[in-house]
Amino acid sequence: MIRDITLGQYFPGKSPIHRLDARTKIIGTFLFIAEMFVVNNFWGFLIAGTALFTVIGISRVPLKFIFRGLTPVFLIIAFTFVINMLMFDGRVLWHWWIFTITYEGLIRAAFMVIRLVLLIIGSSILTLCTKPIALTDGLEKLLRPFSKIGVPSHEIALMMTIALRFIPTLMDETDKIIKAQQARGADFESGNIFRRAKSLIPILVPLFISSFRIAQELALAMEARCYHGGEGRTRMNEIHFNKEDIVAAVLMTIFLGIIIGSRFIA
Amino acid sequence: MSIEIKNLKYVYNPGLPGETVALDDVSLTISEGEMVGIIGHTGSGKSTLLQHMNGLLKPDSGHVFVDGECITDDKTDLVDIRRRVGLVFQYPEYQLFEETVVDDVAFGPKNLGIEGEELKKTVREAIEIVGLDYEEIKDSSPFELSGGMKRRVAIAGVIAMRPSVLILDEPTAGLDPTAHRDILSMIRRINEEKEITIILVSHNMGDIAKMCDRVIVMENGKIVLEGRPREIFTQDALLESMGLDVPPALDIMRKISKSIDGFTSSALTLDEAAEDIKEFMKRKK
Ligand SMILES: Nc1ncnc2c1ncn2[C@@H]1O[C@H](COP(=O)(O)OP(=O)(O)OP(=O)(O)O)[C@@H](O)[C@H]1O
Ligand SMILES: [Mg+2]
Repeated sequence: MIRDITLGQYFPGKSPIHRLDARTKIIGTFLFIAEMFVVNNFWGFLIAGTALFTVIGISRVPLKFIFRGLTPVFLIIAFTFVINMLMFDGRVLWHWWIFTITYEGLIRAAFMVIRLVLLIIGSSILTLCTKPIALTDGLEKLLRPFSKIGVPSHEIALMMTIALRFIPTLMDETDKIIKAQQARGADFESGNIFRRAKSLIPILVPLFISSFRIAQELALAMEARCYHGGEGRTRMNEIHFNKEDIVAAVLMTIFLGIIIGSRFIA
Repeated sequence: MSIEIKNLKYVYNPGLPGETVALDDVSLTISEGEMVGIIGHTGSGKSTLLQHMNGLLKPDSGHVFVDGECITDDKTDLVDIRRRVGLVFQYPEYQLFEETVVDDVAFGPKNLGIEGEELKKTVREAIEIVGLDYEEIKDSSPFELSGGMKRRVAIAGVIAMRPSVLILDEPTAGLDPTAHRDILSMIRRINEEKEITIILVSHNMGDIAKMCDRVIVMENGKIVLEGRPREIFTQDALLESMGLDVPPALDIMRKISKSIDGFTSSALTLDEAAEDIKEFMKRKK
């Protein structure tokens, strides 16, 4: 169950999308996110969706895997839909007590949900097709120019590397602790909300302690290998742009143009 | 209490990149009162197998019977199965969470609805059977104990549920020699005095040879050998091909047999080895 969370997970592959420089993909993703707020009608979403699913097709990440990443945020999506549906004035379609559903509200709700889903899928493509190490390397390089004005680019990248690196470790740890407590007769599935919250203590306390232990071991291991921060560190694999990145950049620019153009389809 | 496993198959992450067949057509029977050892190379599926015995994992196909009751049915009361089949995980000390040792050991029995005087008695008994001094330790925090003591408190937490089968996954891993010996003699005591069936996973062949009535050897999710320790450990070539070892006593006795004329021994444990050497010295005189 806990393994269903695909957020931040990497899906190994050799597709052109996987091979792109991480910087290209980071910029592309941020551009895509921004574009989702530029779009002002359903034609824009249709274009963006088509482009997105083309990218997914090229990446050969199974659709099943991508949609599984949506399940944990399903509640947020549903909430967005309901709130938007009820909050708009206009032609009334249905009315009961204090609830009113309008035509404009429905349109608006559908619009917001599509935007949200595209945003989530769009950003999960980035992590699915980029090795965590490459991702943080790319981010560090992108942030490097800002270190002149005091942005700790290396530290940010390192923190991200460690966080991403430990998501699976902590999930394994959680899984193990849950099983160990279940073996002692713990029941996490029944009872009211207070009992359920209380039943989390036997999981959270050991998990907390384990995280500190893991963090401490990591810090010691890094120190033992003479880690001293970003200054003067060389890297094993220098990243650089290739032909594919240029192609991607051109396509991304064209896409940006089309999205801006789509605002004028009325 | 007996455990019977029939044609068990289990796959981790089916259909995903990390797909692993962890168990493949595993069948075995464990009878009441036995002490059974399970050995196998890292990743051979031992821990996965254990987690099927108390219903923590549901097999993709095959069945598990505890005392004739099929626990892979949807209807079974899993909490009751987990009471009867106690499972001590690898490094169980990482599951401690309460403020005092007594509270932690009481977690299991409390989940089963035991309370009052009986709860106190159960907890006290469990702490004593793992060889700890109840009065001395009862109010200390489990987090300030030594590694070996933590391990014992964690084992007590499972014993306090009064299981009829106790499964231990590498209970001596990472302990110093004294703690190691204490845990082993504790396991033997539980088996003999309480007549609890024991299933023991270990990478220490000496321990397995010394403790177990029967040994099961796993490789790549399959059971490849099964028999009395002597039958298993005399097949060194096969064991070696699976990345396993023979008990150190047997190894030494083989080497001595080779270099000293007239000496033969197939001792599995140090005690047996000492006997054989004594015997040989007597004959020589
Ligand atoms: N939670 C999990 N998710 C995915 N694969 C797993 C998981 N747990 C175990 N595996 C895989 O299943 C196989 C069997 O693992 P298992 O833990 O049962 O082996 P083991 O015999 O207990 O090994 P060890 O001696 O190292 O404890 C291994 O290949 C392992 O990588
Ligand atoms: Mg194991």
